[in-house]
Amino acid sequence: MSYKRLSPLHGLWALTNRELKKWYKEPVILLLSLVQPILWIGIFGKAMNFANMFQSASLEIPGLTIPKQIIDEIGSLVLKQTFGTTDYFSFLAVGMLSFIVLFTSMSSGMTIVWDRRLGFLGKLLTTPVPRGSIIVSKVIASIVKSLVQATIILLIGVLLGLRFSFGIIAPVAFLLTYLSLFLLSFGFSSLFLMLALRSTRWETQMAIMNLLNMPLLFSSNSFYPISSMPWWLKPVALANPLTYANAVSRWALLGITPSASLLLSLTYLVTFAVTFTALGITLSWRYLSL
Amino acid sequence: MTEEIINVNGLTKIYSGGVLAVDHISFKVYEGEIFALLGPNGAGKSTTIGMLNTSLKPTEGEAVIAGYSVKDEPSKVRSIIGVVPQEFSADEDLTGWENITLIGYLYGLPKEVVKQRAIELLQTVGLYNVKDKKVETYSGGMRRRLEISMGLINRPKVLFLDEPTLGLDVQTRAAIWEYILRLKKDYNMTIFLTTHYLEEADAYGDRVAIIDHGKILVIGKPDELKRSVTWDTISIEITGSYDSVKQVLSTLPQVKEVNFIDGQIMIKVVDGPTAIPGVVSAINSVGQEVKRLSLNRPSLDEVYMYYTGKSMRDESMSKEEAFALRRTLRRARS
Repeated sequence: MSYKRLSPLHGLWALTNRELKKWYKEPVILLLSLVQPILWIGIFGKAMNFANMFQSASLEIPGLTIPKQIIDEIGSLVLKQTFGTTDYFSFLAVGMLSFIVLFTSMSSGMTIVWDRRLGFLGKLLTTPVPRGSIIVSKVIASIVKSLVQATIILLIGVLLGLRFSFGIIAPVAFLLTYLSLFLLSFGFSSLFLMLALRSTRWETQMAIMNLLNMPLLFSSNSFYPISSMPWWLKPVALANPLTYANAVSRWALLGITPSASLLLSLTYLVTFAVTFTALGITLSWRYLSL
Repeated sequence: MTEEIINVNGLTKIYSGGVLAVDHISFKVYEGEIFALLGPNGAGKSTTIGMLNTSLKPTEGEAVIAGYSVKDEPSKVRSIIGVVPQEFSADEDLTGWENITLIGYLYGLPKEVVKQRAIELLQTVGLYNVKDKKVETYSGGMRRRLEISMGLINRPKVLFLDEPTLGLDVQTRAAIWEYILRLKKDYNMTIFLTTHYLEEADAYGDRVAIIDHGKILVIGKPDELKRSVTWDTISIEITGSYDSVKQVLSTLPQVKEVNFIDGQIMIKVVDGPTAIPGVVSAINSVGQEVKRLSLNRPSLDEVYMYYTGKSMRDESMSKEEAFALRRTLRRARS
């Protein structure tokens, strides 16, 4: 065979398809990865019932009887001011969408470590497929996985009592939510692939994931609003892309006014995604070797 | 056979830790030949093959394959070579069919071409009827055949085989070689091979290079190499006494040394088969009869010993290499 110029995107679909095949052929792993967020919504979301705490009964202070109605009113106001809604369960369930996207995207780095370890990457590097395609195929596959998982979480949330209160007409609301989750997954998948480019040990990659997942989650507004955070945590939360994905989806699905404007949130997410993807592809040209 | 297809000039690899793995090697490989690279573990075989197949960047020097530089035009080189790595590289979670077609698409081949070639190759290596089974169910020999067919999907000009029979039993090794030779004939390729099995290099290699400590020690046809380091030995039993023939044998032009050991005359000769008639007639000329005669020709092992000063030794390797080797061996034997 003599040399002919190949399209820069050749092989991209074949590689993406491979990643996805490996994923949907193992439904057990897919289901297992859903367990954690479901437990968060199901147990934490249901037990941490702020509405009940604030609205359950009338208070008896000696010499002063406050009627239940007033307590309820005050409770609602407090909840509304803190979370932007009186429905904490829905607040958390929507926050879990970005959680599952984060966790799924993080594991994208593992696939490259395994490909290296199992010899597949070595073979790949001897074919004329562009190095960037190897990375981009993994990013695309990771996004598809993330969005499918997020959809399942959303459906389970609805089954468990998530109530929509759209901030904009429903189709646009879903579109915006998926757009923000897409961008979030794009950025995190590229970031974790980048961290795994030279890694030969899956243990290292696991350690990085374990090191970062909880801090990323708890330094965002997934469980509580930024306004209730201590001063030193606020800047971290404001730098955390999860915060912006949550802000967009909570505004779209629950009508909660975001602390940062919608435009700013989306701009932040786009910048996050583009920066890390560009960085990942650039680094793959230089560092993706045996 | 005279057109050069690989031209290596001063190729050098120094790893980031400062390890000099390949030290200014130069050689040529000609179109249509089977070129075997021999050497102990850690001699630089895999590094050399890695630089030639563009998965490793050379630190210094140059290699040109079919007119394309591995340094400056790696993707052109990649599209005209086929690579069968030492490790099993097929994706275990996918079927044989999915693996070979995936590699075809990575070469940018159109769908129909990939399908047609995949069918043809899988039939040739005898895997067509198991093509829809997951690779994890394949035996070692089947995996190796799949790897070889995957390496040929782009109809390469040069096929790189890194230890193609590692860990396989003797019969499977012979079968794999049968496939390799058939495919070589069908596709008219040049084969660049590394192997641990000296008898394979001897039997199938047109030329052999021995590498150790990152340097090429010698290159040549197996027979030439054998002749260059040692002589054939003719062992003879005769009817009469040893002394009567010693004189006449020593004067023959091809004879280098004559000894009498355990009732046998041991004659070291250049090119045994052509020396035998002269030896026999010399013995007859002094009135003696040959009772028994055997010819012992040196194997490539002697050549290898001579140049590397050791038989195939085992050296320490990195954790990853050891892991990969164990995995390959385990699967090869499954």
